[in-house]
This record gives sequence, C-alpha cells and structure tokens, in this order.
Amino acid sequence: MNRVISVSVNNKAGVLNRITALFMRKGFNIQNLTVGVTETPGLSRITIVMNETDDAALEQVIKQLYKQIDVLKVTDLTQQPMVARELALIQVNSPVAQRSVITTIIEPFRASVIDVGRDTITVEATGKAEKIDALIALLRPYGIKELARTGLTALARDVAMVTEARRVSEGNVISI
Amino acid sequence: MRVMSENPDYTSTQTTEPRMLSGADMLVEVLRKEQVEVVFGYPGGAVLPLYDALYECGIRHVLARHEQGAIHAAEGYARVTGKPGVVIATSGPGATNLVTGLADAMLDSLPIVAITGQVAKSVIGSDAFQETSIIGISTPITKHNYQIQHASELPGVFKEAFHIANTGRKGPVLVDIPKDVAGEVAPFVYNAPPQLPGYQPTVIPHVMQIKKVLQHIELSHRPVILAGAGVLHAGASRELRLFAERFGIPVVHTLLGLGGFPADHPLFLGMGGMHGSAAANTALYETDLLLNFGARFDDRLTGNLADFAPTATVVHVDIDPAEIGKNVPTDIPVVGDAREAISLLLATEAKSPEISGWREKLLDIKAHTPFWYVQEGNVIKPQRLIEQIAQHTNGEAIVVTDVGQHQMWAAQFYPFVHANRWVTSGGLGTMGFGLPAAIGAQIAEPNRQVVAVVGDAGFQMTLEELAVVAELELPVKIVIVNNGALGMVRQWQELFYEERYSSSLMKWQPDYLKLAEAYGIPSLQIRDDGALPECLSAFLAAPGPGLLECLVAPMENVYPMIAPGHGLHQMVGVKP
Repeated sequence: MNRVISVSVNNKAGVLNRITALFMRKGFNIQNLTVGVTETPGLSRITIVMNETDDAALEQVIKQLYKQIDVLKVTDLTQQPMVARELALIQVNSPVAQRSVITTIIEPFRASVIDVGRDTITVEATGKAEKIDALIALLRPYGIKELARTGLTALARDVAMVTEARRVSEGNVISI
Repeated sequence: MRVMSENPDYTSTQTTEPRMLSGADMLVEVLRKEQVEVVFGYPGGAVLPLYDALYECGIRHVLARHEQGAIHAAEGYARVTGKPGVVIATSGPGATNLVTGLADAMLDSLPIVAITGQVAKSVIGSDAFQETSIIGISTPITKHNYQIQHASELPGVFKEAFHIANTGRKGPVLVDIPKDVAGEVAPFVYNAPPQLPGYQPTVIPHVMQIKKVLQHIELSHRPVILAGAGVLHAGASRELRLFAERFGIPVVHTLLGLGGFPADHPLFLGMGGMHGSAAANTALYETDLLLNFGARFDDRLTGNLADFAPTATVVHVDIDPAEIGKNVPTDIPVVGDAREAISLLLATEAKSPEISGWREKLLDIKAHTPFWYVQEGNVIKPQRLIEQIAQHTNGEAIVVTDVGQHQMWAAQFYPFVHANRWVTSGGLGTMGFGLPAAIGAQIAEPNRQVVAVVGDAGFQMTLEELAVVAELELPVKIVIVNNGALGMVRQWQELFYEERYSSSLMKWQPDYLKLAEAYGIPSLQIRDDGALPECLSAFLAAPGPGLLECLVAPMENVYPMIAPGHGLHQMVGVKP
C-alpha cells in the first residue's frame, strides 16, 4: 500500500538529507518525494510517498522523523481525506498531420500544450497519479520523446478536521 | 516590562552595545557561560584560531594523543558528572577520528558537544587540504549537528548545541566551524533561550498513564522493575529505591543501568540479559508486570523477542517516545523523565501488591545461583580478580572498562552500590573505550579511585593515551586482564564456530611492563593467584598512576549465557 506522509520542516541546508537518511537507515524505499515552501516563511513541506504495509515500521519512521530537531510536524495522510496532485511534462512526437489527434486525446484530461516544436509538442498535465498514468499510456503509441513527473504533493482536506500525528496525545505517546 | 529571572544568562537587558568578538573568542566565552571546566582535544590547522583563543584563557585543555581518545575521555567525564563533555578536533582526519566516539555517545545517550574545525568557507567543497564533510558523516551518529556560516550565528548555535546535548534523551551534538568564521568579528549576545519549536521533549509524564500504572501494580502478582541508564541520566536513583521499597518490587538492571539501584539491596536481582543473573532473567521471563524505567530493550537484554516477558503487561517509561514500542510492544507508554515519572508514582495513593511468594522465589534463585567460577590451581581467574578489586576498593571505586569478557565479568562481580561509578560502552561495544574513558572519569573526579579494567586486545587500540595518564599524573589504576586473545570473540568461536579461532588469538603481544616504563608509569605483572590479594592491595594503594598486567586463565568463558536467538529462559551455565 502506498503511504503518503507530509512533513513540515525548517527550510535549512541539509534538512532534506537528514530526512532521506532516516528512510535509508530503516531500509524504506521512497516512491517519490516533493519539497516546496509553505504559507509560513522558513518552513517547507515535504510530501513523501512510500510503499510500506507494516504499521509498526511506519510508526517508527514517524517517531524517528519527530526526533529530528528540524521537523515540526509529521502527518500520515494515507488514512485521511486528502487532495493529492502531480505534474507531468510530456514531450511527444507530433508531426503536423497528427497534431489535432493528440490535442483531442489530451483534452478530456484537461492537459494543455505548452510548447510546440517542428516534430514534437510538450503537454502539461496535472492530477492524480492514475490520471497521469492513463494519459501517458494513451500518448505512448505516438512516441514519447521525454517525460518528467514531479511526484505527488498533497494536503489534507479541510485542515480543521485533520487528526494529525501529534507529539503528545491522550495516551502520552505519539499516535499515528 | 522588565522580566527578572534568576538565571543570570537571561537577566541582562542589553543597555550597552553588545561586545564585538571574533568567532574564536566567542567560543571561549560560550565555554565560560556554559561553565565548562575542561575541554578534551587535539589541535590542527583548521582549529588553530580556536586554540589560540584557548591559550591562557583559563579553561583547562587536555591534550589527548588521538581524537578518539579525546572523545572517549569526554564521554567518561560526561558519564561520571552528568555534565556535557566537550571535545575539539581539527578538520578532516581530526573530525573523522571522532566518529567512533560520536556513535558510542549516541547509542549510550551521553551528552557531548563536539567542536570540529573546517576549512575556510571559500574552499568548502573543493576537496581542500584536510577537508571532509563531517556534517554528512556525522548526521546519523549525532543527535544534531551544525555548520556555522558566520560568526554572528555562533552564540546561538552553541546555546542550542548545549541545550540539545543535555536535555531530553541526551546525546552528542557536533558544531563545525570553518576556519575563517573563527576570525570573523561579530556582536556577542548570549542571553536568549534557544527557540526550538521542533524540539520540545516531554519531561512530565501524563497523569492518566501514571494512574494506569498504579492500577496495574495493585493487581499484579509478579511485578519486576527493569531499570536502565535513563534512571542515571535523570538522577532518579533515590526515587527508584524509594519506589522499589514502597511496593516491595524486585529490581533488575541493564548493563548500563548498574549503580542506579544499590547492588547490596535485598530487592536487587542483578543484571539481566545475555550474561545476566538467573534471578534477573527468570524475573524478566515470568513477570506479569514489567516496569521499564529508562531502558531501551536492547537485544543483548531481551534475547529472542518472542520469549521476552511473554505474559507481561509492559509499562515503558522513556523520555524518548521513539523508544516506546520500538522493540517490545508496550501496553502502558509513559513519555517523560524517569525521576518525574517515579516521583509521580510515589506521590499517589496505591496499595502494595501481595507478592511475597514471588519475591521469595526470586530471592531464593538469587541466593542459590550466584555468579560463579571454579578456582583451578594457582592460575588467576578473571572473575576472582574483579572480586578482589571490589574488595580492595570497598566497592567505592569508579570502574571503567573496555569491551569484551572482562567487561561482563566486571558487571557481574563488582557490586555497584552508588550511581555514576560505572563507565562502560554498552550500545556500541567500542573496544578501545576503556583507557581514555578512565582518563575523563579521573579528571572529573580527581579524588576518587578510578580503576580501568581493560582486556589486552582493547587496550592495544588506544594505549597511546598512557601519555595523558603520565603527563597529568592521573592516579588511574589500569588493570590489564590478559588472556592473550580477543576473549569474547574466542568464546563465540569456541561455542558457535567449532573452536576455529580465526584471528582471535594474540600470538604476539608487547611487553606491557616495558611499555608502561616507556611512559613512566609504574607497573607490575602477576600470574599467581596466591599473590593476588597482597599485590592488588599494594597496587591500588600506591599514589599516582599504575599498570597491572594480570595473566589470567586464557580459556575462561563468561557464564551464564543466553545463546544468540534464544530466550531468557534458555540460559546455559547457570551453575558450575
């Protein structure tokens, strides 16, 4: 099962390294990871997607993340309502004769053409990972020349409803 | 409004302009403000400005002969005093030589502030002379680390570094200072408490959890206390004794916890784990309520997890929430300081459980299966050597060990009745730890007898520190338990590798007496058991340093033992 963990961290040199080093140490593979600034100056949000089914192992990862001085908040979004999006840029072979076909294909995905070359066009698509997978599958027969995906970034829906992993819960221990 | 505080650090409302100081002078000021008495270290190119500032500043600097020696000495100092040990090393090889000690301090939760020099900012990342990325190297083995980019950051960084090293679960913090930063001049302001929203250790436990613990104590039939080094770090020895006595619950110690509960107390069952006592391990196996105060359920303690306290309700008190549930599933987690937790347990009304049968059973096992050895002829048995050391020091010495068989025998046969007099490398099992750690312990406690019990193999890893012992005339008594081997490795090869002693026998050894003589340290060698009491008595009573080489029975093994993969109920060698 894919887990989505959102980590608020200080925006400082070396912090990302500390976070990924933890995953390395525990032997967990990160499926994808995105980082960007947040609404609070000096804070960044790291969204990590990992494939891990063991609850105890995940709990250990979250607790170890919390031990990092530069980590302010860790949220396991997996079991929560969340909005998750990914951006993909797809450069696809597109001789002039086929261009309108491709435009028709991408239209239902609400993707758009952001660059046009002599033989290719570049498509920008945003959405859930499955939607992007589907679009890529449809475009593949035309010949994808280059592809870049950002990986997932996510937020919990309606922040007030979120029960996040907290330092101290009623049970006096981190719960997830 | 002016806020008055008792802490002088925070009172000074800055009426005058802050003093302008160089980074190097700031370091000296920081050490003064943190009341650092002694710094262990080794100079080099990148820390020359820092060493220049330290020259005649009044803070004592102990010149180790290797950076590993410096940091182990700082660990010994920290272990005995409870205060952060401070170590300075230069960039590159100086910094990398600290790595073993950082890892050791990390696993044993010792407060260390390590200061490393770094090449100048302008050449960082260029593979400059004596450059390494010590931040990258030390990240997994420090609680936190910093590289200072400008002298103006230095006071704040050090304020945080000392705070982080010495609060919550203690640990090593490294501060890397580029050489040019040491020369930069900036205002020195050292009065703001650190602002660390991501670091807020829970010290006071949740009161509901404490109530739950008490309810379980009242209903328990076979409770046992497992006390770890967390008790010592929290200064909770007194509380632990009061708690055990109040409820009549027997106490088991981890290796690192020894001394937290007096070994001569009737409720003490001994050390648990791989080479623990039968009484302790029986208690851990059969208990229905395991009260863990500040131990992290290390695998050398638990043995096979499937057979660890299989029928127990597990209470785990730990200041580090990540330890709770890490190895052993916990029924009642209590996040907080051991002293606060035990004080709360003592402050609440609760009935003592009726457990006299359980207690008697365990004390009976304790009485009938003490640690043992068989005396054979006139050869010195290492166990008897430890017993004799205990006798001749009245159990009052600070005992520092290296790692291996002698370490286990010291843990088994030296009765630790006081807190903070047992210095050993538990989590990392660092050979070479003993001698330098003893130096740090002796510097911390100049008037107390320090006995360094080391094996011949581990001693050879850091014996260059004999120079420090000699130079400072530290009255450290070094006892080499010489069995001509890497004893514990040899024992495992005997038991689990069909006696194939692959590279574990020391076929050649230096002449330790001549070595001591070369360092100007009085020494003697002993091989006859009959001469042991008189010899030890004279050796320990002599002023100044000394080295005693004991040629002990070479094939002696540490028992009892729980073989790897086995449970606490599967001890072998409980009786001769």
